[in-house]
Amino acid sequence: MSHRKRASNAMPRPVCFEFRLYVAGDSPNSARAQVNLGALCRKHLAGCYKIQIIDVYKEPNRAMLDGIFMTPVLIKVAPSPVRMIVGTLNQSATLLEALGLVPAE
Amino acid sequence: MKTATRQTGKRSRPRSTSAKAPKAAKAAKAATGVLGLDEITGGGLPRGRTTLVVGGPGSGKTILALQFLVNGARDFDEPGIFVAFEETSDRIVTNAEGFDWPLAALRKSKLFFLDAQPKPDLVQSGNFDLSGMLAVLEAKVKSTRARRIVFDALDIILALLPDHSARRREIYRLHEWLLARGLTGVITSKAGGDDARVHADQAFGVMQFMVDCVVILNHTLVLGVSQRNLRVQKYRGSRFVENESPFLIGKHGLEVAVARTLRLATVAVTNERVSSGIARLDTMLGGGYYRGASVLITGFPGTAKTTLSGAFAEAACRRGERTMFVSFDSDGSEVIRNLASVGIRLERYVKNGRLRIVSARTITGSAETYLVHIKSLATEHDARCVVIDPVSTLSKSGNEQTAHSVAERLIDWSKSEGITMVCTSLLDEMKSQTEASSPLQISTLADTWIHLNYLVQAGERNRGMSIVKSRGTAHSNQVRELILSDTGVTLTDAYTAGGEVLMGTLRWQKERAERMATEVSAVAGKLKRLRLDAEEAELRVRLHSLGVELDAKLGEKELLARTTESLETTSTRDRTRMRELRGADVAPKTRQ
Repeated sequence: MSHRKRASNAMPRPVCFEFRLYVAGDSPNSARAQVNLGALCRKHLAGCYKIQIIDVYKEPNRAMLDGIFMTPVLIKVAPSPVRMIVGTLNQSATLLEALGLVPAE
Repeated sequence: MKTATRQTGKRSRPRSTSAKAPKAAKAAKAATGVLGLDEITGGGLPRGRTTLVVGGPGSGKTILALQFLVNGARDFDEPGIFVAFEETSDRIVTNAEGFDWPLAALRKSKLFFLDAQPKPDLVQSGNFDLSGMLAVLEAKVKSTRARRIVFDALDIILALLPDHSARRREIYRLHEWLLARGLTGVITSKAGGDDARVHADQAFGVMQFMVDCVVILNHTLVLGVSQRNLRVQKYRGSRFVENESPFLIGKHGLEVAVARTLRLATVAVTNERVSSGIARLDTMLGGGYYRGASVLITGFPGTAKTTLSGAFAEAACRRGERTMFVSFDSDGSEVIRNLASVGIRLERYVKNGRLRIVSARTITGSAETYLVHIKSLATEHDARCVVIDPVSTLSKSGNEQTAHSVAERLIDWSKSEGITMVCTSLLDEMKSQTEASSPLQISTLADTWIHLNYLVQAGERNRGMSIVKSRGTAHSNQVRELILSDTGVTLTDAYTAGGEVLMGTLRWQKERAERMATEVSAVAGKLKRLRLDAEEAELRVRLHSLGVELDAKLGEKELLARTTESLETTSTRDRTRMRELRGADVAPKTRQ
């Protein structure tokens, strides 16, 4: 999968991102989401991020509490607002916008 | 390869169920507890398999699915999980408050809701799958020991998937998961029912092929009347009723109409007769209607159908039987007043609660609705006799197609309950006047069919009554005239003259003419007798006078004889004397 930069902001951000990624074991979609998220963070967040990966098979009750019914799901816990992004996290304008990485134009 | 295994699995299923004892076969189905659906499917949905419930918006999918869980949890000790993709569980529970389901109690231990509505601000980026949900459910199933599971509005979540192959994959994943856990699953999905568009949607097609049972719910308007129908499209390894069956959403949830309920077999047939309320009609029927029979009274407007059925109701009340009179035409008080005018007094029975008059003008909706109302009211009243006046209301506009089957089920129901039912049926004057054109065609189902008609003759309209059929009873083949008066209803013999039946004034005239003819002939006879008497007397007189005359003649004759004799004697003496005097000897005789 190609990581095409659509819009990037090289300026380091003062806020640190906190993510929670729900995956379903090592299913293809989940694995891809992990890879994509890592690439995105390295590219846009320059070290100021925290990723917690939760396997729904291992912690189903936690998934239930968070209302996880599809996998993979990325929850942006901080900075607010909390956002939920479902899918393999293919890099796209929609995704960056949802994470607040690109100001809406 | 997967298809192959599934097919072998499916093929072995019916064989194994049919080979096993009935008890085991029964266990292969999870009873829905939905009235009628278990009869249609021969016991319920396939146990451990998946059933797809398809229907348009508002067709009752969610209710059916929830009812399946509620009944399972309440009646069969099978806990259930409801996965709500569209509405929140709170809303579903609130919506279901109208039903008599103990949702609050069940939610504590046996019925669980899982909210899985995609959040409106959900951002989607790339492919995803339902593993998360299945993992959560896995835990839930383990902790609740659920045996039944419902995925309500699965189409919502499938719509989020980017392409057909993803949808197919997730459907397959879900199906496999259900099969592996041995859960009896119900998936509901929006679709246009039997619409062809269903098949146009590939994902949907996949689902229909994959699951073991498909139930289609239809909600259509026919001439402005809502008609709901349910159809089992497929059921692997089991026989099922393939036709569309009307259903209703009532107090208990879905109630599917099936022609014959299983209970019917247990009904005892009796030879007991009940009075029709008209003594001469009872005689014509050889003792009255059979208890538990369905009687159909057909006729044009004003032929005294209501009166005849009212007489039956009165007789039933007089016997002390609880009776229900359903009038589609008029209010209860009107019925009482109108019937009182012909000597049928129902008011006292209404007052003492034995008779219940239901004015059904207020009930609107499909024929199914009527049926359900009638059933529940009759059950509530514990009625032994029911009058429905007129049953042809069931086939009012919009209900033509279903009315026949409703009437059929009405009769089945009354029979299974042992209720004696009198239905009147209005014949449309505009339609052909043949007796067979009863709009509901229930004449074939009814046990006794009485037909009333008008006979227009000599400027009069008179009511004629005949028994078209009466199963199991000898019955009169004669047309009788029905006479209504303020003292009651009576039947009289109709006169036939020149091949025509005479009624009303003509009958009266005929009767009068006959009476006069009899009188005339009686008088004539008397006269003749008198004349004969006179003649006889005259003859006797003549006979007497002749006798007297005869006597006189005889006397005369005797006198004559005597005179002659004495004359002879005298003359002889005289001659002798003369001879003596002359002293002559005996003279020769010749000279004499």
